[in-house]
Amino acid sequence: MSIFSPQLNTRFDELLKRYPVPRSAMVPMLLYAQDELGYLTPEAIREIAARLDESELAVHEVIGYYSMLRTKPAGRFHVQVCTNISCLLRGGEEIFEHCKQRLGVNNHGVTPDGLFSLEEVECIGACSWAPAVQVNYDFHENLTVAKLDQVLDKYRTGGVQ
Amino acid sequence: MADTEKLVTFTVNDRKLAAPAGTLLIEACKTANVEVPSFCYYPNLSLQAACRMCLVEIEKMPKLQTACTVLVAEGMVVQTESEPVRKARKSALEFILTNHPLDCPVCDAGGECELQDMTFRYGAAESRFVEIKQHRDEQQWSPVVYFDRPRCILCYRCVRVCGEGMDVWALGVGNRGVSSVIIPNKQDHLECEECGMCIDICPVGALTSGAYRYKTRPWEMKHVANVCTFCGDGCKTTLGIRNDEIVRGDNRDKSGINGDFLCIKGRYGFDFTQHKDRLRQPLVRVDGVLKPVSWAFALQTVARRFQETQAAGRPIGVLGSTRTVNEENYQLQKFARRVLQTNHIDHHRTADFPALYDALAGKHSPVPLAASEDLKTAKAVFLIGSDPTNEHPLLAWNLRWGYRLNKTRLYLLNSQPIKLRRQAFRAAIVPAGSEGQAIRFLNGGGAVKATLSQTAGPDDKRWPQTPASRPEATQETLGDFRERLQKESDVIIVFGAELRGDDIHELVKFGSSLPGTTRYIALADNANSHGAADMGLYPDLLPGYTPVADVAARQRFESLWGGAIPSAPGMDAGDILGTAGKGELGALYVVGSNPFRHHPVDPAALRTTFVVVQDLFLTETAKQADVVLPALSAYEKQGTLTNTCGEVQLQKGGALFEGAKTDLEILHTLAGLLGHKWAAPDADEIFTEIRGNVKGYNVSLVQVLAGSSALSMSVNGPVPHQHALTQIQPNRDSLFTAGSLGRYSTALNAILEKRLRAEKV
Repeated sequence: MSIFSPQLNTRFDELLKRYPVPRSAMVPMLLYAQDELGYLTPEAIREIAARLDESELAVHEVIGYYSMLRTKPAGRFHVQVCTNISCLLRGGEEIFEHCKQRLGVNNHGVTPDGLFSLEEVECIGACSWAPAVQVNYDFHENLTVAKLDQVLDKYRTGGVQ
Repeated sequence: MADTEKLVTFTVNDRKLAAPAGTLLIEACKTANVEVPSFCYYPNLSLQAACRMCLVEIEKMPKLQTACTVLVAEGMVVQTESEPVRKARKSALEFILTNHPLDCPVCDAGGECELQDMTFRYGAAESRFVEIKQHRDEQQWSPVVYFDRPRCILCYRCVRVCGEGMDVWALGVGNRGVSSVIIPNKQDHLECEECGMCIDICPVGALTSGAYRYKTRPWEMKHVANVCTFCGDGCKTTLGIRNDEIVRGDNRDKSGINGDFLCIKGRYGFDFTQHKDRLRQPLVRVDGVLKPVSWAFALQTVARRFQETQAAGRPIGVLGSTRTVNEENYQLQKFARRVLQTNHIDHHRTADFPALYDALAGKHSPVPLAASEDLKTAKAVFLIGSDPTNEHPLLAWNLRWGYRLNKTRLYLLNSQPIKLRRQAFRAAIVPAGSEGQAIRFLNGGGAVKATLSQTAGPDDKRWPQTPASRPEATQETLGDFRERLQKESDVIIVFGAELRGDDIHELVKFGSSLPGTTRYIALADNANSHGAADMGLYPDLLPGYTPVADVAARQRFESLWGGAIPSAPGMDAGDILGTAGKGELGALYVVGSNPFRHHPVDPAALRTTFVVVQDLFLTETAKQADVVLPALSAYEKQGTLTNTCGEVQLQKGGALFEGAKTDLEILHTLAGLLGHKWAAPDADEIFTEIRGNVKGYNVSLVQVLAGSSALSMSVNGPVPHQHALTQIQPNRDSLFTAGSLGRYSTALNAILEKRLRAEKV
């Protein structure tokens, strides 16, 4: 019995056809699994390893390598604040500090209601519109502290997603 | 990899050198005695180029190059000691040392640490790193493997040897960049074969041994090469001995037939020598209870009772050992035949050597036995029965080696999908017990039910191989298996106890029909099983498989041993124990064997049988003895051992144990007490006698004394014998069990307990 949805399983089947070596499909499989489950559970890791004819250790090696893959639950809205050079010069650190205070959590923390999690990330490729924050897959750019509050409020009240 | 036909010439440090095309620069330098330091490079493992220690300057190349990944090329000009190289090495070391704790004074590796040696040699003793080093507590990954993360220099040797060498893949790399870390396969612990190869191969003290850690320093031990006393493969284990006690086992000089390899038993199993239950004093049964007595009293009791039994005309049975050295086995059968005047002598048989030699008679000269190392370079190997991964770890390592580095095609015929199927070119799974039938089928007779699976071979593009089993690609017939195999030449045939008697004749018939020279390895289970057979621990066969009924041969031994020996074949082990069970055996002399464990004899029936047991522990058999004589173990004596392939190696001993005696000394003393004037028990003298008189044992003395192995070529002529095939009873040991002896190893037991706990959870 698969722990993934039928849709995701179909997607995995398609993925596996695309590569000459099954293990090449590991990273996209992990990402999609994470999107569906919120994080990579031990069961998900076991199932993906079995599908790829790899050891669980090999899957753990890949997860450990990529910081965007996680084995612990994140909040429903995963707030990723960029503090790399462009964002830093345009106030990224203040944005990050403000997030910490507003959400009451530290880096990698999850709010008690499970709604938000916070992570300081490397460049997200939005330098032209720095400072920028990524929430799940959505980008919020040219931010100020006030604009950030609005963004977070929207998520909190369910206005977005 | 190297093409020996074509040599390329190049220059290193202004010296003209030549090496076969395809040679790695680092190897070519090593051959020419030019030192190129490295951590991550390890011969015969995949290349890593992680440590940057082997950087050298190559003319016309823009930057320094890693000598471990560059192949020698015609006209290449290399500098290994130039200023840029010197600087690069120093920087590499400084970099490696940034977070290294430099706790050498307490580290196990101190004194034999590659990082320590290189730092002394290449500098970087002063660090510019002023930040606080990151400490992590040590972790216990298994009863025998500990990990100290800060010491790790991330050379990945452990990861590669575990995966590529052992095909276990239990170690991996977690995280990335500066926070990279070696991780075990079960989050916080290892689930593996516990071979300890990762510890041996670690250039620093990051992986340490549970048995040895914090116990001593390398220079406080003497290092004595011994042959491992457990399975029949005959690996060299170098025992670290301090104050006459064994502190560790490893293969530090890699000079044995096992090269890099050692399994858990060779590495940790030695601890039985210091088990609290080890016998230190002879015991004699007084009023039904075994009581400690003096050696003199015990030996006199044995001699007197043997004499009384002989005088009463009651049969005496002798059961020898498959762990004692050749010299002891040879003297034991001499003792039985000459002193006790009996051919009722046998040993615990685990392979049918007489049948193999009989089948090979006249087929090829010398007798085509394969040495263990030959498996590394064989073109094709046909493996029937057994599970070498568990029962013959070294042979399994060599088979994997051949597959990995020399594209050996492994043909596997087994009743179980054993782990080596992952290296198999063709695998045939047949019902248990029909292996002999399958061989007949290969010879063109009969049909056999077989499920065949074609597994991916060495040409598989998915290298490095995946850890899990390969999918079965197609269903084939045993006929195709035969067709493929018949195209192979110079095959090495390796077979377990599944084949015996006539089946072996069929096997040799098949082997002889193959092109080239077919060579054989019969798999026997204990350290000197092959030697015991060669030395004549058989009721009907004298040393060198000479029939006791053969008048000329018998007379030759009689003149050598100074007197008559009985001419009629005696009882085998089964009959000896059966006679004992009926209360009809006068005396039973058991040397280093525990027959009652699997064949209990009613104590009531033994009331009129005088039982002497010579062993390390109070085994099931010893508990029923009238006299128990404490014997020294293989690690406390000298002699030679013959491994399952027939390779003769020297046992150097080195450890001391108070209270016990060698089996040899006991035998000689008893012979003296029974009126036979034997020379002093000198293993060297007896080995000379063996070399001169046992067929096939005229091996090179220099080779044996120098600590390498010499392949015996036992017989080349028919071995007439009629043996009950049921007398062959394989141990079926796992990696963590070893007959009666393994039970006394704390390390082996710790692993078994851990596994049982894990199963319960």
